[in-house]
Amino acid sequence: MQQTALYNSHLANSAKMVEFSNWQMPINYGSQIKEHEFVRSDCGMFDVSHMAITDITGIDAKGFLRYLLSNDVAKLENFGYGKALYSGMLNINAGIIDDLIVYYTEFGYRMVTNAGTYEKDMKWIDEVSQKFQVELTKRNDLSIIAVQGPNSITKVAGLRPDLAVKLTELKPFMALVVNKWFYARTGYTGENGLEIMLPSIDAENFWNKLLSVGVTPCGLAARDTLRLEAGMNLYGHDMNESINPSECNMDWVVDLSDADRDFIGKAMYIKYKDSGVKYIQSGLVLEGRGVLREGQKIYDTHNNEIGIITSGTFSPTLKLSIAMARIKPIVETRAYVGIRDKLELVKLCKLPFVRNGKILIN
Amino acid sequence: MYSSEVKFVDTHEWVKKDSADVVLIGITHHAQELLGDLVYIELPKVGSQIKTHAVIGVVESVKAASDLYSPIDGEVVEVNESVISDPTLANTDPHHAGWLLKVKLSDTAQLDTLMSANEYRTLIGA
Repeated sequence: MQQTALYNSHLANSAKMVEFSNWQMPINYGSQIKEHEFVRSDCGMFDVSHMAITDITGIDAKGFLRYLLSNDVAKLENFGYGKALYSGMLNINAGIIDDLIVYYTEFGYRMVTNAGTYEKDMKWIDEVSQKFQVELTKRNDLSIIAVQGPNSITKVAGLRPDLAVKLTELKPFMALVVNKWFYARTGYTGENGLEIMLPSIDAENFWNKLLSVGVTPCGLAARDTLRLEAGMNLYGHDMNESINPSECNMDWVVDLSDADRDFIGKAMYIKYKDSGVKYIQSGLVLEGRGVLREGQKIYDTHNNEIGIITSGTFSPTLKLSIAMARIKPIVETRAYVGIRDKLELVKLCKLPFVRNGKILIN
Repeated sequence: MYSSEVKFVDTHEWVKKDSADVVLIGITHHAQELLGDLVYIELPKVGSQIKTHAVIGVVESVKAASDLYSPIDGEVVEVNESVISDPTLANTDPHHAGWLLKVKLSDTAQLDTLMSANEYRTLIGA
């Protein structure tokens, strides 16, 4: 089992540790709901060093990524160094192998992928890269701390007065690179914030500095409820290799604008779209009491099974249960979910549920 | 926390004598700790007969749903409405304010067959 550079800091903060994709990670530091609320109202931090950072360099780096990923890294150049792009990495059948963020930088490209998919990702990436002149470097020397919440940038800027102006002016999906530190204005909570990649030898010290200015440590449990409220997909749940981007609200990360660009999964993706969409992603809100969970089945008002919940939880912000589901397109705005031996009424809604501290559904 | 006048079962419920043949039932501190922040509790109705080991309700936290098992045979005479409207009571005070059910025992001798506090502590490694 692997430990991050912050393992001892988690123990010192009374974290409850769990195994997650062969890593020992904090699930909470007491109350996941309080951690969630802190991120929505102030500022929290997450150790996400289990995620994999890979730098991609070499003369074919751009051409390789344009072929490997469903989104097009070519457009990053219009924004300059530091621009981030969210993308899917598809298989030949347009199923999703992983979702990731790729950054365009002075040294080449930097890709951040999921921990749970690391081995199959690398096998796939290695295989595809054979036809290209690229070098892949796994950055085991770096840690990632996500600082998220309305006060996050002010807090980090306070710790780095020399960078305060640049950090404050950093646009969403842009990164500031300072020596080995990489400040990206990205996140997985639906709040303003930074994901900071830094040398692992500096991680504990920086974590403690964040603690000293009142940033609350938050575990993976709060991270999950935050991303679900924000309507963001979780790999292995809302998407996987048998689900294509169209079925999980990820059409926007498939870029077909350059007709000359081929990428893995393109042909099958287009074929699927042309044949008529079979499944869509929808938000669900439980009208009554109880909790929606992954795997529960969804029925229309005529009792026909129309889909399944891919992620469900109790929303600390809405104070009721919400879910993300994969369903057949229907005209009704209500459906039923089988919870244990009962059918419970749910309201269908657009995602996200919450963004920047505000509830977006009625 | 696991006091000597309280009895326990291996499905992590506690049973405490309230009067001659009436007991209070709740989930243990250990159970609430494993579940995390509780958000929903479903309990049997007043008047229902409950049987040992039968599923009589559900306790759900943000992360998981857990069945509630009856630790004894009897009839439900009261449910804790406070814990239904605020399930976190079973997190903050699982052995007192966070009680779930008040049950009239079918056979008071059944209490003697349940685990003692010490036995329960051994079971959970506390």
